[in-house]
Amino acid sequence: MRRTTDDMTNLSSKKMKEEIIIAGFGGQGVLSMGKILAYSAIMQDMEVTWMPSYGPEMRGGTANVCVILSDKKIGSPIVTKYDTAIILNQQSMDKFEQTVKPGGWLVYDPSGITRHPSRTDINICRIDAIEGAARIGNSKVYNMVVLGGFLAVKPIVSLENVEKGLGKSIPARYSSLIPMNKAAIEDGMKHVEIVNRI
Amino acid sequence: MVVLQAESETSSINMIYGGASCGKKVMTSSSSPGISLMCEGISYIAGAELPCVVVDVMRGGPGLGTIQPSQSDYNQIVKGGGHGDYHNIVLAPASAQDMYDFVDWGFELAFKYRNPVVILADGIIGQMMEKVEMHEMKPRRTAEEILKVAPWATTGKPATRERNIITSLSLDADIQEKFNRKLKNKYEVIEENEVKFSEYMTDDAEYVFVAFGCSSRICEAVVDELRSEGIRAGLLRPITLWPFPFSEISGLAKKCRSMMSIELNLGQMVHDVRLAANGECPVGFYGRQGGNIYTPEEIVGEFKKFNGLE
Repeated sequence: MRRTTDDMTNLSSKKMKEEIIIAGFGGQGVLSMGKILAYSAIMQDMEVTWMPSYGPEMRGGTANVCVILSDKKIGSPIVTKYDTAIILNQQSMDKFEQTVKPGGWLVYDPSGITRHPSRTDINICRIDAIEGAARIGNSKVYNMVVLGGFLAVKPIVSLENVEKGLGKSIPARYSSLIPMNKAAIEDGMKHVEIVNRI
Repeated sequence: MVVLQAESETSSINMIYGGASCGKKVMTSSSSPGISLMCEGISYIAGAELPCVVVDVMRGGPGLGTIQPSQSDYNQIVKGGGHGDYHNIVLAPASAQDMYDFVDWGFELAFKYRNPVVILADGIIGQMMEKVEMHEMKPRRTAEEILKVAPWATTGKPATRERNIITSLSLDADIQEKFNRKLKNKYEVIEENEVKFSEYMTDDAEYVFVAFGCSSRICEAVVDELRSEGIRAGLLRPITLWPFPFSEISGLAKKCRSMMSIELNLGQMVHDVRLAANGECPVGFYGRQGGNIYTPEEIVGEFKKFNGLE
């Protein structure tokens, strides 16, 4: 196995790479949202890595996952600057607002946020996913409303492939829940609110 | 496949000893402290010349240390772990695909050489999910197939052959020495035939990184970054840590300005890199510990510091 400098041309011609951090409390569905996004991208024939922050945080505190989607083989699964940050609580806002690349996107749920994002060099949108989940009638689809909000501003995977991704990550015995999850994604797509567009 | 949870690591590795004695494909796994408990058993398995696969997903130590990723058991696993003159064959996966593929490859090597194989992974590879292409599952070996691939196994003595004895005990000095030399010959054959590594842009590299496992992936991003700045960097990733790609690193050391070993520990593989470089070029080291993971930018900074390129 030997890759040479000829591959540099391939490297520079790469079409698409999206580095995403999803961060919030344990229990908000942060890791599973990342997993569904990753599965959806696989359905679209992309390369993916899903790298959770694990350890003591997993037991109740903050949780985050780095998802990378790419047309090409992914090198490092660890990055420090993101194309998109999806932020679901204040601690994560404090930690990740500054890690969004200039020109990137910050998607956040305003409930529980006391210090709203202040950067002017990034795109910012908000999605009230508690309200969205209430409209659907099930608080468990909270994370799918958020995912819908993200996909509205970054249509990186098609809804059709997200549905296939849901089919892969939801156990077969719960497959009857796929339509509700899809409805939640569509709700999020409809209700996302752009705060800053550069 | 039979999956069994043992009551302890000591028990698990000795179940492996028993299963392997019967010519079965057996494997176990743990992370660092559990592997320390298994090392006595691994030494016995090496002494009894039995095939098995052990997966070690490294966490930070010493002692209970941390549950975060680390590569600090390189010395332990690559240089032995248990007592006595022996080698594990050590495979270092860098992706979920490797984790999947290396089990089959590991069993192939284990049976070919009647030797324990350790898949030495780390907490990043252990926790990460990514795309894996699965191949068709191999059916379980039949009793006839076991007799064929493992004629040494204790499968019941027919009248046509002597007893098969599985042991690592030999109290006669001359017999034990003869056995040690037989192992040495086997290890030489493995060193000759089973070294595996991959290279990334080393063909014209002035600076070469050496990194295994998750660190090799992070170093690919480092090479890309340095190349974009016009610095001709490359990466050699040992895929087998034992046997180690000594001659390939030695060859690169003669051509490049400097080398750097990047590891999530205090500097373990770097000693093998220095042995291979044998003074032909300076060999630097950068590492993080305690479960902290370096970023590509951080390594670029350390690289420039080491090479006076700031």
